[in-house]
Amino acid sequence: MNTLINGLCLGGIYALIALGYTMVYGIAKMLNFAHGDIIMVGAYAIFVTLSMIGSPIATVVAILVAVVICTALGLLTERVAYRPLRGASPLAVLITAIGVSYLLQSIAQLIFGSQSKPVSMQIKIAGVDSLTFGNVSISISSIVTLALCIIIMVGLTLFINKTKAGCAMLAVSEDRAAAQLMGINVNAIITLTFAIGSALAAFASTFYLMQIPSVTPTLGSMPGIKAFTAAVIGGIGSIPGAMIGGILLGVIEKFALSIPFLAPYTTAIEFAILIIILLFRPTGLLGKKRREKV
Amino acid sequence: MNFKRFKLNHYINYILVLALLIPFAIIGLTGSIKGSTSLLLTQMAYSMILAVSLNLVVGFLGELSLGHAGFMCVGAYLGGFVANYMHTVIDSPLLVLILSMIVGGLLAAVFGLLIGLPTLRLKGDYLAIVTLAFGEIVRTVFMNQEFLGGAMGLSTKTYGRKLYIIALVMVLFTVFVAQNLMRSKHGRAIQAIRDNEIAARAMGVNITYYKLIVFVIAAFFAGIAGVIYAHNTSPVDYGFFSFNYSIEILVMVVLGGMGNITGSLIAAAVLTFINFELTTSLSGDLAALKFLIYALILIVMVMWNNAPALRRVRERFNLGRLFAFIRTKLSKKASEDDSTKLGTVAWDKVPTKIPMDAILSTDFKPDHSFEADKPEKGDQK
Repeated sequence: MNTLINGLCLGGIYALIALGYTMVYGIAKMLNFAHGDIIMVGAYAIFVTLSMIGSPIATVVAILVAVVICTALGLLTERVAYRPLRGASPLAVLITAIGVSYLLQSIAQLIFGSQSKPVSMQIKIAGVDSLTFGNVSISISSIVTLALCIIIMVGLTLFINKTKAGCAMLAVSEDRAAAQLMGINVNAIITLTFAIGSALAAFASTFYLMQIPSVTPTLGSMPGIKAFTAAVIGGIGSIPGAMIGGILLGVIEKFALSIPFLAPYTTAIEFAILIIILLFRPTGLLGKKRREKV
Repeated sequence: MNFKRFKLNHYINYILVLALLIPFAIIGLTGSIKGSTSLLLTQMAYSMILAVSLNLVVGFLGELSLGHAGFMCVGAYLGGFVANYMHTVIDSPLLVLILSMIVGGLLAAVFGLLIGLPTLRLKGDYLAIVTLAFGEIVRTVFMNQEFLGGAMGLSTKTYGRKLYIIALVMVLFTVFVAQNLMRSKHGRAIQAIRDNEIAARAMGVNITYYKLIVFVIAAFFAGIAGVIYAHNTSPVDYGFFSFNYSIEILVMVVLGGMGNITGSLIAAAVLTFINFELTTSLSGDLAALKFLIYALILIVMVMWNNAPALRRVRERFNLGRLFAFIRTKLSKKASEDDSTKLGTVAWDKVPTKIPMDAILSTDFKPDHSFEADKPEKGDQK
């Protein structure tokens, strides 16, 4: 039961990151490998804010700061690194993204050093940090993580399906040229996508710190790859797919970790599941099938 | 030998590698090479093998593979393990090296077959993520095997300062296989798959067979590179074969030019050199500077080569024009031929560029300079 809750929490985090991957992929048709490092930057933003402010509202302020910084960074990388390459080959963009990822990691290492920094983000309500039902105890931060993840996902789904900007995003991901002909400002939509993706990454970094309270310059790379895997499991480009894939992967990871015999092979198991799923559904769980044409 | 049929670009790769191999082999055999230089040369050699073999998959077959380090990992661990065993049986270290290379390469090829058989029906990004997953799986599994040294890594017997000679000879072999494969009938079939898979299938090319062949050959050479790595570095560290290293190989391929073996060789050598120099000159927290510089070089090079907005600048300063310019300086005949490209030419030299009636209806002054058509900045597909 506890494992399940923890798994759902981790799954929520993966889902948030995977949403960033899948939205950018769906709309800009690029794999944004620097996404994981935006999480890392968000975590450092929280670390710096928390070490400067000591009041009870510090957590909220820290989250806000992280969201603002991550969004700004997402926009900046999009503008400086990816926009000049719009229309270039996908591999060139991929390599630039990798370059940006290295760049962010090395800057973080230059500023903060390679040692891990402790961040305490335990949320307490009325002085308690976990609730106990019978023999199951659930930490408040898990509950907060789960609740916020669900709220964010519902909000995002509503935003995409109900608002004009959301519909424009769907249109661009469907067919960029046609969307442009319909009067949609494609550049603005791509910028918006990057902004939303990066803001989600900031939330993900908050929740990540609640689970694992320390920051290193390479914090983002492994969750980044895992979330990318989750996005592919769900069918890359599909938003509900990313959510399902993320949660699935998180639950599997926690369950594998809880069995001592399997624990060392956790990563291998997750990736093996990816391969198996792709073998049976080559475009992921919810991916669209593309007809091939010459 | 018929010198008329001697074509420079058929042999340029061998010449490049030999230019590296022969001088350093002479220095090495006379026993006066520095340890760091021989390390650098070995690293260059296995990077070259990796880049050329990955280029077979990415550049010629057109499938993105992010798990090349995984095959290298197979070669390094299993080849190193076998070599450790063979050292107790066979006396000659050279024989052990060659045998372990064959074994490591073959085992990696078997892994390539195992992973390729079910997954090659996936395409594009999906295949890429599966190969990435494979690399991570291999690494995690080997890390947890006690007989392979567990978390400490597999300790192997390193070969001192002469390993790079064998390694560079292996580069020659790799180039030989890659080049001749791609120039054969099979190579043309493989490139047809890259250019248009459906059309290739319609022409009767056996897609699965060729994809699998390329995958297995690439894995084989990655395995050999792994064995060289294992004999250069001890213990064999599973951390080295992470996803980042696969990316680094991919970067070499892309910067060198996809489907260009010469480019892969040069890019592998240059990037390894930059990496090596930065690593030795920066230490401690400054090591982050290495990645910073590396990242900046990457971004700038990719932008320079690919950004649509820079197309005009690129055309103005590219190497081809430089060579054309040099040739015009060198010979007068060449100047007459190449002047069309330079844009300063007597009008009667360029009639093929313009329709005939356009010429007839235009007044050309004797020193009228002709501007060749250039693609506009704003045009899109």
